[in-house]
Amino acid sequence: MDDLLAVTGLTVGFATESGLARVLDQVDFRIGRGEIVGLVGESGCGKTTLARAILGVLPANSARISAGSIEFDGRDLLQEDPDALATDIRGRAITFVPQDPFSSFNPVFTIGRQIEELMKWKSPDAEPGSGPRRYARARRSSDLERVLELLRIVQLPDPEALLRKYPHEVSGGQRQRLMIAMALLPEPKLIIADEPTTALDVTIQAQILKLLRRLAAERGVSVLFTTHDLGTAYEICDRMTVMYAGQDVESAPSDSFFTEPRHIYTVRLLQSLPSRDHGIRGIPGQVPDLTAPPPGCRFHPRCDAASALCRQTRPDPSDVGAGHVARCWHPAQGEGTP
Amino acid sequence: MTGAAPRGRAGTLQPGLEMRALVLTVNRLVWFVPTLLGLLVITFTISHIIPADPIAFIAGDNATAEQIAALKAKFGVDKPVPVQLWNYILGVAQGDFGISLYTQRPIAEDLIARLPATLELAFVAVILSGVIGIPLGVLAAVRRNSWLDHALRVFTVSGLAIAAFWFAILLQLLFAMKLGWTPLQGRVDGWGPDPVTGFYIVDSVLAGDLETLADVIGHMVLPAVTLSFPAMATIMRFTRAGVLDAINSNYVDYQLAMGVPRRVVVWRYVLRNALIGTVTQVGLVFGNLIANAVVVEAVFDWPGLGLYAVNSILQSDYNGIMGFTLIMGTVFIIVNLLVDISHGLIDPRETG
Amino acid sequence: MLETTRFLLRKLASDRTAALGALIITLLVVVAIAAPVLSTHPGDVTEFHPPERLLPPSGDHFFGTDRMGADVYSRLLFGARITIAIAVIAIGASVLVGIPVGLVAGYYRNWVSDALMRISDIFLAVPQIVLAIAIAQTLGPSIENVILALSATYWPFWARLVYAETRSALNDTYVEASIALGASPWRVMILHVLPNISSSVIVRTTIGMGGTILTAAVLGFLGLGPPAPSPEWGRTIAESREFLPEAWWYATAPGLAIFLVVMGFNLLGDGLRDILDPRTRRSGDG
Ligand SMILES: Nc1ncnc2c1ncn2[C@@H]1O[C@H](COP(=O)(O)OP(=O)(O)OP(=O)(O)O)[C@@H](O)[C@H]1O
Ligand code: SF4
Ligand SMILES: [Mg+2]
Repeated sequence: MDDLLAVTGLTVGFATESGLARVLDQVDFRIGRGEIVGLVGESGCGKTTLARAILGVLPANSARISAGSIEFDGRDLLQEDPDALATDIRGRAITFVPQDPFSSFNPVFTIGRQIEELMKWKSPDAEPGSGPRRYARARRSSDLERVLELLRIVQLPDPEALLRKYPHEVSGGQRQRLMIAMALLPEPKLIIADEPTTALDVTIQAQILKLLRRLAAERGVSVLFTTHDLGTAYEICDRMTVMYAGQDVESAPSDSFFTEPRHIYTVRLLQSLPSRDHGIRGIPGQVPDLTAPPPGCRFHPRCDAASALCRQTRPDPSDVGAGHVARCWHPAQGEGTP
Repeated sequence: MTGAAPRGRAGTLQPGLEMRALVLTVNRLVWFVPTLLGLLVITFTISHIIPADPIAFIAGDNATAEQIAALKAKFGVDKPVPVQLWNYILGVAQGDFGISLYTQRPIAEDLIARLPATLELAFVAVILSGVIGIPLGVLAAVRRNSWLDHALRVFTVSGLAIAAFWFAILLQLLFAMKLGWTPLQGRVDGWGPDPVTGFYIVDSVLAGDLETLADVIGHMVLPAVTLSFPAMATIMRFTRAGVLDAINSNYVDYQLAMGVPRRVVVWRYVLRNALIGTVTQVGLVFGNLIANAVVVEAVFDWPGLGLYAVNSILQSDYNGIMGFTLIMGTVFIIVNLLVDISHGLIDPRETG
Repeated sequence: MLETTRFLLRKLASDRTAALGALIITLLVVVAIAAPVLSTHPGDVTEFHPPERLLPPSGDHFFGTDRMGADVYSRLLFGARITIAIAVIAIGASVLVGIPVGLVAGYYRNWVSDALMRISDIFLAVPQIVLAIAIAQTLGPSIENVILALSATYWPFWARLVYAETRSALNDTYVEASIALGASPWRVMILHVLPNISSSVIVRTTIGMGGTILTAAVLGFLGLGPPAPSPEWGRTIAESREFLPEAWWYATAPGLAIFLVVMGFNLLGDGLRDILDPRTRRSGDG
């Protein structure tokens, strides 16, 4: 298998006042090398939780990982020493583009200082292991070259001046370009971008996403991209994975995802997109309470094809086409395409 | 809290740090004089609301009408009140606060002679509060809800509720009277070091006189601890809140998600952000400190401005009280000016 | 209104420290009202028993006796009345002056509002205690003058607060709308702005009580409060000093009382702030 990332059977809960919220239920998820995968689903379905689990930054005091594995580039991240994860996985092999470029910069340091701190620990030239005692001058200047070059590549004007500015002196679009540059600087194998453009003006969202896609493709970097927006996901992703209420339900190449959805939830989701033919059609019913989720396929209370089997047992993934996997007992047969 | 000038926006200009500090300083300095002038008018009005007759008090019961008239002329109270105010303003502008009804000496000289004692005490207390309060505040935040955090919470709540003069008396009772570990009161035994700066710690170091230094520090301990307790509580509280805010912020989340080591993030970045809030509070803390100094000096017989004020109160010396109020106001305004400037320097979002 | 009160009480009860604060204050009020009943020697505010002076704590005198042979415990209870009276009246007056000043200065944008704010800034430019000392000193030692001195120095806090809150309330769309519809300034201020800013005023007032009580105690300690033989707490501590270290109870008891009461108001104020004024919430404390 040439997967870069393979999440298998991952089960995560959060301790809350009203009990354990079962936020991820035996989730399977994979990303191939150089592949751009969109993780889509309604708000609260667990996209961010999955992304943070891969990064290893779930809130330590409330999150409980009770089963599963996260295999990345031949290592099981859940079995690794936490220090090792921080030094050579996070920020090195896997980098992160945050949702909100406004608040993700520290307001009291210049942009240059913040990038420098990142490079001090995470430059491709940094010696692996426990991290730097000192930031050697030779590496500092080669790192600076690297930074300036990349800032030009992400089309930021006058990079030298930019480095001397404070975050609040820079526009949101430019800040997100900076974030993308910072995600690329350590030359990672995987970039996790959790709704990287929701905080931005609609007019620049597309530019930023195209930039991310182009750079990732040029460098052969894989991307995990989460979004609510099926349209943008289609434009930039090679493959899509859909989640519903903490369960992965379907994963397919972007084309067949739209033309031949198989899981009933995906079908209904696509049908609910506003279209010229039928206007907006919502899915009846509502998202379950994750502290007491329905057994079996969590979509069954809202599924018109649900059977007794669906109510008892969660279906295993089954191949339903080329590179197309669905977890549905009664998959749709090519109907329902909008 | 300050006699602050309104904040302007720097608009689209993005002045450099020095420029920003300059704008701020000028802005504040412009208001410095009017604020002081206003304070002067207020204190003057206060001390003339009631036609108390301190002259009769000084002159005694047997004074003749001529003697009283002469005294009145000497202290300038024979003229109408607005004229007195005008003369007082003119005098203050030239550094003349009038003559103390009590010591019969120029008040400006009295005050200047006593200022170093108060400032030295206040500085030591501020430093003590910061050096202990900031790290403890960080610890409380980092170990939030641990027993340490709870213990420190009790400490801060107490520090903010305790009457400084009472705490001073308790410390005296225990450490000076019962245990005899520290002197009961005063600033030094004997004459003290040769005056250079007026700060005894500095002066005895300059003179290379370790014995005096030890004695000075011994006298300093109880008053400094008394003064720093509430200040420390405030600093700790704001540091803790600031650190928590920063730890829960997106930028810390980002740095941790990018694998920057936690200790680096906390001690190098979070602390810096948290301290912005703390520094803003130093002005407030300093104000409280000065206020408490009045009573703490009275308890420890510390020869500073506070003790002078207390003596002026006892002697109904309203010139002395006015001088004291003005000089306290000046010190307080200057401290707040410095706080604002340093705030502008460490927080780049603060412009103009 | 009843709903809000009930909501408040429920919230307060669930916050342990705030509940403790409320309890302490309730106790203070009860003690002050019932002082004649609760005290073991109710006559001791005015009656003295020189042969019994400076007795240590015992079953008869819980906190010992003072230099006049009066019961420290009983005088403490009567001292609570003075403390409450001073704090409530002084703060009440400050609020009554500060709110209109802040409202007017916040509502209008002209030289009057600038002047009002400048004046409050000048008052805020000196530590409160310093001005209070100056005022109390000229007026002479008495309860009324302590109250006057405190009100004269504390009103700018409310003026500043109400000014800032009014300015931001005026940006609310519905306030803007009612101004646009021609509501009179007073109508806007009283019907729209005031209710909007009441929570921060309540919070500030509660916390202000603690500070005022401390300042009042300082004035008493300096001899600027009500004259002897008043059982005022600050004065009692000052009187006790010459009998230290032997008569430790004499100094300790009133200081503890001040400490408890101030702490009560601080805790309650913090709790109220968390409930009513989430913008300034102490992060992570609750
Ligand atoms: N720290 C936490 N403690 C308790 N519950 C949490 C925590 N974080 C997330 N949850 C819950 O887990 C569920 C999934 O949240 P998550 O943020 O992963 O969803 P999402 O798909 O990213 O949603 P969105 O599209 O809104 O970002 C939600 O019901 C959320 O309330
Ligand atoms: S598994 Fe059953 S309940 Fe779930 S989507 Fe498929 S048919 Fe519906
Ligand atoms: Mg999310």
